Amino acid sequence: MAKVNEPEALRDEEVFITQSGVAPEIEDPFAPLVAAGVTIEPGGPPDIEGDLEPEQELMTINMGPHHPATHGVLRLIVTLQGEQVLDLKPVVGYVHTGIEKSCEQKSYWKAIPFVERMDYLAYFFNMQAYCGCVEELLELEIPARAKYLRMIHMELNRIHSHLVWLGTSALDLGAISMFWYCFRERDTVLDMFEMSAGQRMHTRYFQVGGVFEDIPLGFERKLREFIEIMPSRIDQFEALLDQNEIFLQRTKNIGIVSRERLLELGVTGPLLRAAGEPWDLRKTDPFLAYDEVDFKIPVGTVGDGYDRYRCRVAEMRESLRILEQCLDGLPEGPVIADDRKIVLPPRDELGTSMEALIHHFKLVTEGFRVPPGELYHPIEGPRGELGCFIVADGSAKPARVHFRDSSFVNLQALREMSVGGWVADLIQNLAMLDPILGGIDR
Amino acid sequence: MPDAPGLELIAQEINDVTPGCVIETALEHRRASLIVDPDKVLAALTYLRDTPAQAYTFLSSVHAADYLPATPRFAVHYELLNMPRVERIHVKALLPDPAPGDSASLTPASQPHTPAGEAEEVGSDGEAVNHNPDGLLPEIDSCVDLFPTADFQEREAYDFFGIVFKGHPDLRRILMPEDYVGWPQRRDFPVGGDPVLFTHNEISSPRWYE
Repeated sequence: MAKVNEPEALRDEEVFITQSGVAPEIEDPFAPLVAAGVTIEPGGPPDIEGDLEPEQELMTINMGPHHPATHGVLRLIVTLQGEQVLDLKPVVGYVHTGIEKSCEQKSYWKAIPFVERMDYLAYFFNMQAYCGCVEELLELEIPARAKYLRMIHMELNRIHSHLVWLGTSALDLGAISMFWYCFRERDTVLDMFEMSAGQRMHTRYFQVGGVFEDIPLGFERKLREFIEIMPSRIDQFEALLDQNEIFLQRTKNIGIVSRERLLELGVTGPLLRAAGEPWDLRKTDPFLAYDEVDFKIPVGTVGDGYDRYRCRVAEMRESLRILEQCLDGLPEGPVIADDRKIVLPPRDELGTSMEALIHHFKLVTEGFRVPPGELYHPIEGPRGELGCFIVADGSAKPARVHFRDSSFVNLQALREMSVGGWVADLIQNLAMLDPILGGIDR
Repeated sequence: MPDAPGLELIAQEINDVTPGCVIETALEHRRASLIVDPDKVLAALTYLRDTPAQAYTFLSSVHAADYLPATPRFAVHYELLNMPRVERIHVKALLPDPAPGDSASLTPASQPHTPAGEAEEVGSDGEAVNHNPDGLLPEIDSCVDLFPTADFQEREAYDFFGIVFKGHPDLRRILMPEDYVGWPQRRDFPVGGDPVLFTHNEISSPRWYE
C-alpha cells in the first residue's frame, strides 16, 4: 500500500483534496476466481531482487524517438529484464531549434513569436513569461483590462493544454474515445483564440505592455456558452474514466515518488500538487490579477498516476471558475499601456500625426530599448513553474533569453517513477508526466 | 525577498562562515542577488539551504549567461526559493574566460572534424572523464549533490556555454548532438554557421554522408 503524504500547512479555504468522495476503490478482479477455487499467482509491482529468474537476460533498448507513446521525439534508453524496467535514461534534443539563440538576434518585440513556439501547448504562458519579464525590466505597468484579458486567454490555454494531455494520455492507456471528446472541446477553445487573435495556435496576442487587440463582439457570448457547457463535458470525461476498471488498474498506486523527493528534483505543477504539496504560483506569488479572483488549489494525497489525473481535471474546473470571474469583473479601459516609446501607436493616428508616424517607424525598425539589467520571472504554467530569464544590455535586442521549462525539469523524475515497474507502467508514468518535447528541447 | 539590510546580513553571515565568499550584493527589480566567488559557490548554496533561518531548499533554476565583452565573461545563476515564506534569492557566480578570444574559433566549420566514433568518450558509469583537458573552459563546482534538480540544467549550461561543472555525475551534451563541436550560445558563436542539409545541396555539402 502506498504511503500517504499528509499535506502540511494546508490553508483550508484555498486547497482541496481532489480524491475526497470521488475515487472508487478497485475491486479485486480475481476475487470471483479465487472464490471458485482457482489459484492465482500474486501480481503487483515486481520485487527486483527476489522476483527475477536467473536465466532472464538484461536487455537495453531504445524506446523512441519515434515511439507513439512518447508524445513527441523523446528517446528513452531502458534496461529491461523481461517486462521490468531496471534502468532508464531520457535522451532529449531531437527537436532542438536554437530558439534561445535566435531570440538574441531579434528585437524584443520580434522575439515573442519565437518564445511562443517553445512549449507549443502553452503559448500564452510562454508569452506571459517573456512579456512579463520584459515589462518588469522596463518597469512598465500594464492596464487592468489587459491583465484580465491575459488571464482569460491563459486559463483557456490551460484548459486547452490539459484537454490535449487528457486525450493523448487516455489514448496511451487504451481509451481512444477520450481523444475524440477532448479534441472536440479543444476545438471550441481554439475557435475563441481565432476570434480574439486571428490565429488558432501561436497567436502572438500578448504584446509588451498589454494585449494586441480588444476581444471582438461575440467573444464573451461564446466564452459564456463554453463556461456553461464545459462542466458537463468534464463530468462526461470523468464518467468515462473514473469507473473504468482498466484505467484505474493502470493508474492507481503507480509511479509514486514522495513529495520530498519531488521537491529535491525540482518538480512543480500538477505532479507536485498530486503528491500533496499545495504549491501554485498563481496563489503563492500572484502575478497579473490572480489575487483578485477566487479559486482553489486541487491537491492529491498519494501522488500516483490517478492523483495526477484527478488534479489536472480539477484544475480545469478551477480554470472555468477563474474564467467566469474574469468575464464578470472585466474592467473597461485600454488594453495596452500608453507609452509611445514602447507600444505601437494606434493605426488611425498614423495618417494624421507626425509624432505617431515617427514613433511607429522607430519601433518597427529598431524596436524599443530596455535598460541594462537581468531578471528571472517565474509564472505558473500548465506543467509547473515556467521561468523566463532575460539579460538586457541596454540595446534593442536581448543579450540572453533563457526559459526554465517545466517539462525539462520534470522529466528528471521519470526515472524514479518508473524504475522497478513494468514497461506498461512506464507508458502510464510518461503519459501522466505530460512532457512537451518542444518545451524540453527549445 | 529579503530587504536590503536582510541581504547584507545574509552576506555577512556567509562571509563569517566562509571568508571571501560573497563579493557583492545587489537589489534590483524587486530581486535580491548575491554575487559570490565561483570557487566558494557551494559554501554559499549550502549555507542558504541548510541554515534554518534561511532554508532556501528549492532550486528553481540554474542557467548560464555570457556577458561578452565584459570581464569576467561568464556567469552561472542559481535561483533559490524558500517555499513556506515564498521568498526568492538569486546567487550569481561570475566566471572568467580562461582562453579569451579563442572560443570564436570553436565552431564546427573551422574545427578539424572528429568522426563520431573517435569523439570524446562519453562518460559511462563510474568512469572519470576529463572534460577540460587543455584548461580552455571555465570551471565551477557542480551543485547536483545539494540539489538533484540541477542535473539536466547544468548539462544544458555545459552544452551551450562550455562551462564545466566539476563533480557532475554525468556531464554530457544534452540538447546538441553528442559529437557536436563548439558552444553555440556563446555570444561570439556565429548564427548560421552550420550549413543546413537539404536534398538539393546534399552532394555539395561538406561531410554530407555522415
